[in-house]
Amino acid sequence: MTDAAWTHDTPAHEAQFADYVELLKPRVMRLVLFTALVGLVAAPVVVHPVIALAALVCIGAGAGASGALNMWWDRDIDAVMARTADRPIPSGRVAPEAALAIGITLAGFAVVMLGLVANLTAAGLLAFTIFFYVVVYSAWLKRATPQNIVIGGAAGAFPPMIGWAVATGGVAPESLLMFALIALWTPPHFWALALFRNADYARAGVPMLPVTAGPRATRNQVLAYALLLAPVAMAPAFSLVGGPVYLAGALVLNALFLRGAWRIWRRDEAAAQADGHAVEKRFFGFSILYLFLQFGLFLVEAALRGAGLAPAGWPSLF
Amino acid sequence: MRPDKHEIYGRRRSRNVGLGLVLGGLVLLIFAVTLVKLHQGAMMEGFDHGLRPSLLPAEEG
Repeated sequence: MTDAAWTHDTPAHEAQFADYVELLKPRVMRLVLFTALVGLVAAPVVVHPVIALAALVCIGAGAGASGALNMWWDRDIDAVMARTADRPIPSGRVAPEAALAIGITLAGFAVVMLGLVANLTAAGLLAFTIFFYVVVYSAWLKRATPQNIVIGGAAGAFPPMIGWAVATGGVAPESLLMFALIALWTPPHFWALALFRNADYARAGVPMLPVTAGPRATRNQVLAYALLLAPVAMAPAFSLVGGPVYLAGALVLNALFLRGAWRIWRRDEAAAQADGHAVEKRFFGFSILYLFLQFGLFLVEAALRGAGLAPAGWPSLF
Repeated sequence: MRPDKHEIYGRRRSRNVGLGLVLGGLVLLIFAVTLVKLHQGAMMEGFDHGLRPSLLPAEEG
């Protein structure tokens, strides 16, 4: 075959390396890696930095695999939603078969390597997370029920538990609280997005809450979950990984989160349409910052404990 | 246009260089993990034709 034949036979949009990176959902991966790092650092067992780095690479690879498999499964609805139409598969830059192969290979690699680098508990949790995100959420719940985010959100809540398991080899009340924090944060975060992307989801036939129950019910649910989240987010203050700095920071962050949810709840769709869903968009943006800062507080407390600055006699209820 | 000037080669080069860097980084990472595990006293055994100390009776191991 000549070079000329090679170039004639290749698709017009042959992928670059960056397209494969995009297939792994790097923004989601960033949040996964950060929360896993927090679980790993906050745990009461010191992990060698090289082992910690290798474990995080495996967790990141697992998250990337989930992203690729999710994009492979959702390629039909991604093509009709404005937010996702430019993803590598619907835009024609990456073939669906390539995405599937990358997802499966990366998932296997990530789980086996994490088992070898860290321990079987962490590897088992990572395998379950990938299964939960791809099969339970993407393939089953997402198109079947408006509660898709409530149950499927658990997939995004596992990373700090995996990080904790890398360090300790097990599960503890502290890692379960971190799990609960993300699981309860996910519904208001995504429903705020769904409020201003309602038409997108309706066109794709995804039964997000605003599509099936309407914006009023969604606003009620956003406030309800914010109210549930606040005590759960503050509870770790009175555990081995918390302290006064965490408590003070969590109080401020949850007050702001509640204020945002309250603002969404008290207005109707006409007001939202009038200002282009400004309140909902602001709350969605803040909710990402909220999670980063909330988990950043765990890091601050870990640093204080490491420096011997944690106050003696701070109550631990778990 | 000469075939080697086609923009498709730029895309392929980006894929090859990217994959090369990822695989190189992975080799270095696994090497570093091996060094750390050995340093921490992890048991190293051959799984083909070598003796496996963990399978021997305690007095012979």
